[in-house]
Amino acid sequence: MLTRLANPGFFMRVSGLALAPLAAAAALLFALGLYLAFFASPADYQQGETVRIMYIHVPAAWLALFFYSIMAVSALGTLVWRHPLADVSQRAAAPIGAAFTLVCLVTGSLWGKPMWGTYWVWDARLTSVLVLFLMYCGVLALWRAVDDPGRAARAVAVLTLVGAVNIPIVKYSVEWWSTLHQGPSVFRMGGPTIDPSMLRPLLVMALAFTLFGTALHLAGMRTEILRRRVRSLTLLQAERLERAAA
Amino acid sequence: MMETGRHAVFIWSAYGLTCLVAFGLVLRAVLDHRAQTRALARLEAGSGPAGSGPRG
Repeated sequence: MLTRLANPGFFMRVSGLALAPLAAAAALLFALGLYLAFFASPADYQQGETVRIMYIHVPAAWLALFFYSIMAVSALGTLVWRHPLADVSQRAAAPIGAAFTLVCLVTGSLWGKPMWGTYWVWDARLTSVLVLFLMYCGVLALWRAVDDPGRAARAVAVLTLVGAVNIPIVKYSVEWWSTLHQGPSVFRMGGPTIDPSMLRPLLVMALAFTLFGTALHLAGMRTEILRRRVRSLTLLQAERLERAAA
Repeated sequence: MMETGRHAVFIWSAYGLTCLVAFGLVLRAVLDHRAQTRALARLEAGSGPAGSGPRG
């Protein structure tokens, strides 16, 4: 059943149907989220207006981890089950995850300057997110460096799984070490510590980011499947030409 | 438009960069998809190798 669902042909049909509604829902939620973030939520008593940066920084951080987790599961799919869609999924997720990690790092810095007095500190959370960004860059570079797609997929899968060690480090860094970065305030025992007027825009923006990222991931996977068809047909055509010449 | 106070430059820079990255991701997805669709159509029509070659 699962194999049938993960069949590239079936995936192309289903993802083709899902893409437009996903993108439309993301756009609507972005509009609502931005309205809540700028017009229907107060300034924070400590952070002032800069709290509005959190409505993009926090969702970007969640998605940076989310897409690396997708890549890690896909890497297992490539190495253990050798499923063709697993590599396709991993390849489509990497640039999206890297982009969200970059957004997380830069918006965090832009929040840090007025609040902490500096754009950057080598604290455990910031450093582990920088390592996450470098892992994404490494994965993208490795794909470009290895010509044979099969070998590239296996090498990237191994590198991705090695880098997955960093995911719990990013998540728990604020609890394991004394950091300048604040501790968890949404997903924690005892519930969120954020006032509902600020939690609402945060969650709406997080959902908008997630739908946007998912739509991009599906679109990326569809393009990657087409790229592989192009490659197969190009190789077939080259073989035919070679045989005709001989 | 609401008042973002003395930290406006940081807030708008953060939102501006996020919009730029989001736009870049969408543009890349659309252009890449279009290039692969055209390449596939050319190959299926049997009119020679595709302009957009495979990348790994």
